[in-house]
Amino acid sequence: MNAIRRALDSDLGHSFRHSPVTIVAAFFVVVLFAGAIFAPLIAPYSPFDPATLNLMNGFTPPMEPNAFTGETFWLGTDDQGRDVFSAILYGMRISLFVGFAAVLLALILGVVAGLVAGYVGGWFDTVIMRVADVQLTFPSILVAMLIFGIAKGLTPPDMRDQMAIWVLIVSIGLSDWVQFARVVRGATLVERGKEYVQAARLIGRSPGAIMFRHVLPNVMSPVLVIATIGLALAIIAEATLSFLGVGAPPTQPSLGTLIRIGQGYLFSGEWWILFFPAMTLLVLALSVNLLGDWLREALNPRLR
Amino acid sequence: MTHPILSVRDLVVEIPTRRGVLRPVDRVSFDIARGEVLGVVGESGAGKSMTGTAVIGLIDPPGHIAGGEVVLGGERIDHLPPERMRRIRGKRIGMVFQDPLTSLNPLLRIGDQLTETILTHLGVTEAQARARAVAALEEVGIPAAARRIGSYPHEFSGGMRQRVVIALALAAEPDLVIADEPTTALDVSVQAQIIALLKRLCRERGTAVMLITHDMGVIAEAADRVAVMYAGRLAEIGPVAEVIARPQHPYTRGLMAATPMATAPGARLNQIPGAMPRLDAIPPGCAFHPRCPLAEAQCKTGAPPTVAGCGGRASCWVVAREAGIVAQGAHA
Amino acid sequence: MLAFVIRRVFQSVIVLLVVGLVAFSLFRFVGDPVENMLGQERTQADIDRLRAQLGLDQPFPVQYWRFLQNAADGNFGMSYRQGRPVTDLLIERAPATLELAFVSGLFALAGGIVLGIYTAIRKRGWLANFIMTASLIGVSLPTFLIGILLIWIFAVELGWLPSFGRGETVRIGWWTTGFLTESGLKALILPSITLGLYQMTLIMRLVRSEMLEVLRQDYIRFARARGLSERAVNFGHALKNTLVPVITVTGLQLGSIIAFAIITETVFQWPGVGLLFINAVQFVDIPVMAAYLMLISVMFVGINLIVDLLYVAIDPRLRADRAAAAK
Repeated sequence: MNAIRRALDSDLGHSFRHSPVTIVAAFFVVVLFAGAIFAPLIAPYSPFDPATLNLMNGFTPPMEPNAFTGETFWLGTDDQGRDVFSAILYGMRISLFVGFAAVLLALILGVVAGLVAGYVGGWFDTVIMRVADVQLTFPSILVAMLIFGIAKGLTPPDMRDQMAIWVLIVSIGLSDWVQFARVVRGATLVERGKEYVQAARLIGRSPGAIMFRHVLPNVMSPVLVIATIGLALAIIAEATLSFLGVGAPPTQPSLGTLIRIGQGYLFSGEWWILFFPAMTLLVLALSVNLLGDWLREALNPRLR
Repeated sequence: MTHPILSVRDLVVEIPTRRGVLRPVDRVSFDIARGEVLGVVGESGAGKSMTGTAVIGLIDPPGHIAGGEVVLGGERIDHLPPERMRRIRGKRIGMVFQDPLTSLNPLLRIGDQLTETILTHLGVTEAQARARAVAALEEVGIPAAARRIGSYPHEFSGGMRQRVVIALALAAEPDLVIADEPTTALDVSVQAQIIALLKRLCRERGTAVMLITHDMGVIAEAADRVAVMYAGRLAEIGPVAEVIARPQHPYTRGLMAATPMATAPGARLNQIPGAMPRLDAIPPGCAFHPRCPLAEAQCKTGAPPTVAGCGGRASCWVVAREAGIVAQGAHA
Repeated sequence: MLAFVIRRVFQSVIVLLVVGLVAFSLFRFVGDPVENMLGQERTQADIDRLRAQLGLDQPFPVQYWRFLQNAADGNFGMSYRQGRPVTDLLIERAPATLELAFVSGLFALAGGIVLGIYTAIRKRGWLANFIMTASLIGVSLPTFLIGILLIWIFAVELGWLPSFGRGETVRIGWWTTGFLTESGLKALILPSITLGLYQMTLIMRLVRSEMLEVLRQDYIRFARARGLSERAVNFGHALKNTLVPVITVTGLQLGSIIAFAIITETVFQWPGVGLLFINAVQFVDIPVMAAYLMLISVMFVGINLIVDLLYVAIDPRLRADRAAAAK
């Protein structure tokens, strides 16, 4: 309790309490994350276990008993008789897993590249920053698609569906590292000139130790901001790729895959198959984005 | 004194912030006569610029005039609707800002900026406005004005740019010019020229000047009277020669002791101990008392009374007592 | 000025060479082209003959050089999946994408600048606040959801506009246009809004923040102090200064419209280059992917270059600096 009170009393806590939008966003983030993490406990059905599926339950509208089996589903079922609510919980699990893993990958790559480029400089710096410039010329979603295509080409055809999630993580992660690298490099250049770094160098600490023990903690707050906004972007990127059919496969559907499936029923009146996954994605992306925006304002108003 | 062109009475400017209301200008009163140059001095943050900005009605929200009045040529202008206030700006009150490098729009030719101003305020044709623009540039000493009118600001030096700024401020022949630190950003060698130019042009046209500066040298050279501000309040106001020779307020005395003057070559300069309080921590009573060598008990509690004398006035308990006035918390 | 242009063109060529290398490596190392081209019944002799024919027995730099020569000639080989020359496929699909990108770019630019100026000038107004909040939602919304939402409202519920395809098109030479028929124009509306909305939000936010920044400048205060009307201050002084930095980012945004068209084209089954590309990724049709990559890089690098030159043309300070630097 004390820790919570202390957190609320800090500057960050102060600006949090005074931003109702942020509080609402944080609430949704907590609820959705919890739903994804505890999906196996919460979900009333196991949507990807063929043994539990009953085709007779197909196309049941929300909150209405099925005409044949009499079963009722909160958010209805899809063509296979899968419970949409359960499918969303499991889909969100995949979306969030891919999002977090991709951001983590981008963060590690970007922070290491940025630190070394900024601290060591020289040709390494030049090469890294040139690559970053060229990559920045292209929208990251396009880069991700391209990497996905290449990776798919490199994996054996019978492994493709199993590997799809990992390929997705690598594609999105590799398409997003530049932001981290640029900010960390800039901050490192500033920190490198400061006295405490020179002092650490004088007492003979190794460059690695200086970079990670001294410089890194000082560049963490912009990294945190970029990571939060990056998470929203990664979730959207994942959903987009899956929607386009170049992401999570139908056997392991993410929110984007569910929307892709649901789009087929837009005209035939089974709106719930599309609507609920789409709303979930919308609320998830918007909430994380709002949190990121708030964090950016609160931590570092100069970072834009 | 004849009818003053500008009369400021008990002006208060307030800025509401998260941590309370700040008062960068607190009950300031002064007059400026037609054609007169009033110098306003004080440290940065003393409220000089804010006073000038309040007079011309350009305080950025959420700051606002919270009390008192501003009278220009007999008409109250502090709460005019924006559109009427706009017509007064440039036409009746001109303003010169500190930094000539940033005062001119870098993407517009100076001729366009001049004609635009002239067309806004004077009912003339485009061609007449052009001719006036050239004349205005000639008057401020821009060589080959007819040709330079098509130049962009970055093609001029700092001093030349400030001349252009002065031409712009005077383009519609206002009655009053507020010059906010007009020479601070310039080379020392150019400063005197710009002050001389401003003074000459205003004398020729009978324009009054409110000359805001932190440089007593500029005041001594150019001003008729001087107002000394401290922490948003008027400490002392009077004829320049009088204030320099016989400063009344302890702050003014300290300021004079800290200013190198031609009158006492080789004399030691004294400095006032401490620093001016921040706006959110102005002490009660007389704002200067924590730094004042003469401070008494009442200075810490009551607002100092204003004492008139020697053509000026000062707001100070000690001066009041020395003048033999038994005051009861009257204020400026 | 000339030196600056030459330097920028040189940089652009370098970027293209790097992208070309990536595209070539794709071509060469992702999946064996020989495997892809020959059927199941093949002999070692067939393989060797094809390798020699394709030049795959040559050293790497030679192959790369040949690839670049072919690319410059517009020859990207055959699509693995459709068995037709990639160049033909691209030419066939290009008009659809270009017309879509043009209309949505116009929409994004006009809407973004107007709304950006409005929200900057009426900073505290309720409508401006509403627009800003809505724009945050707009940025967070994935493009494909916007498309689906529009289809749901205007095609499914209201039945006003078509939900897929280009409608009737008119052929002019090799170009097919949807601008000349009613159904073609109707078909453009929803995809253009879908594609342009995100860019419009970005441009609007950028114009707004730049304009607010400019409105804080001394020369704006000075313009106000001279009694210029709000109109003259906002449009005569602030707008021009706002647009200088906006041009750069906007140009790049317009470039990314072409890339984002992939998503919109999929939602609306718009028969453009993007749909071709996404199908190529799905089926690992490497020549089409490589060609698309080259095509889009030429476009992006070209836009970057034009934007840079435009920037110099607009700002007299830069013009002077460049001129001085070139002397």
